[in-house]
Amino acid sequence: MIDQTHDTESAAARQRGWRREFRSYAWGVGLALVLTLVPFALVNWGVMARKALFITIGAFALVQMIVHFRFFLHIGFHQKREDLQLILFSTLLLFLMVAGTIWIMASLAGRMAVPMHMPPAYP
Amino acid sequence: MSHEVMHHPGINLGPAHGEANEIAKTMLFGFWAFLMSDAILFGMVFASYVTSVHATAGGPGPKDLYNIRSAFIETLLLLASSFTFGMASLALKYKHSKTRLVQWLLVTLLLGMAFLGFEVHDFLTMIAKGGTPERSGFISAFFDLVPLHGLHVTGGCIWLICLIGQMARYGIDTQVKLGVLRLALFWHFLDIVWIAIFTIVYLGGLA
Repeated sequence: MIDQTHDTESAAARQRGWRREFRSYAWGVGLALVLTLVPFALVNWGVMARKALFITIGAFALVQMIVHFRFFLHIGFHQKREDLQLILFSTLLLFLMVAGTIWIMASLAGRMAVPMHMPPAYP
Repeated sequence: MSHEVMHHPGINLGPAHGEANEIAKTMLFGFWAFLMSDAILFGMVFASYVTSVHATAGGPGPKDLYNIRSAFIETLLLLASSFTFGMASLALKYKHSKTRLVQWLLVTLLLGMAFLGFEVHDFLTMIAKGGTPERSGFISAFFDLVPLHGLHVTGGCIWLICLIGQMARYGIDTQVKLGVLRLALFWHFLDIVWIAIFTIVYLGGLA
C-alpha cells in the first residue's frame, strides 16, 4: 500500500502519470482512426488501380497493427526481453504457415488447371 | 513511459498495487503466450479464407454480399471499445473510484454488444441474399473466419459481465485486478485481429 508520508507527493506524481498515459491512449486512437478512415475512403470511392490499392490498404493495416501494439498493448523496446521475443517468434511462425499455405494452395490450383479468377460454374 | 520498465504487455499496475503487481509479471506472460497461440489459429483460418476466396462455385461473391458501411461502423465501434477499455485500465491503475472503473467497463460492454448486433445483422443479410455457408467454399470460409472473431468478442463480453459481478461481490481485490489486466489484453488483441478482417475480408473483397 502507499506510504503515508509520501502520500501528497505521490498523488501529484500519479496525476502526472495518468495524464501521460491518457495522452498515449488518445494518440493511439487518433492514429488508428486516420489509418482506418484512409483505406475505407480509398476503397469506397475507388480512386486507385486495383493492385496499387491492395498494396496501400495492406500497408495501412500493418501500420495500424503496430500502432495498436504500441499504444494499446504497450509493446516497445523498453519491454522485458522475452515478451518481444515471444511476439517476434509467433509472427515468424504465423508468416511461415500463412504464406506457405497460400503459396502451396495457389500453386496447386494452378497445376490442377482451375483458374483462380474464374471458377468453373458447377451445376 | 521512457524510464518505466514494463514487466508484461499491457498496462503495468506498478508497485502501489503490491500483490497484484507481483503476480501479474508471470500470469500476464502466460496469458500472452495463449494469445499468440490464438493468433496462429486465426492466421490459419485467414489462410484458408484467402485460398478459397475465388471458390464461389457460381454463387454470390464478396461484392454481392458485403456492405462497406456496415463494416466501417463495426470497425469504429470496436476501436472506440478499445479506447474505453484503456480508460478502464487507467482507472484501475490510478485507483480512481470503483464507480468510474465499472462505468468505463459498462461502456466497453455496450460497444462490444453493439458490434455483435451489427455483425449478426450482416450475417442475416448475407443469408437472406443466398449466402448460406453450404452454398460455396468461399462462403464456408467466410463463416469460419468472421464468426470465429465474433465468438471471441462474445466470450469477451461474457467475461466482462463476470468481472463486473465479481467487483460487486468481492470489491476490487487481486483476482479482479488480474482479471481486468488479462481481459484488456484479450480485448485489444481482438481489435488487432479485426484490422486483418476488415482489410483482407471486407476491403480486399470490395476493392
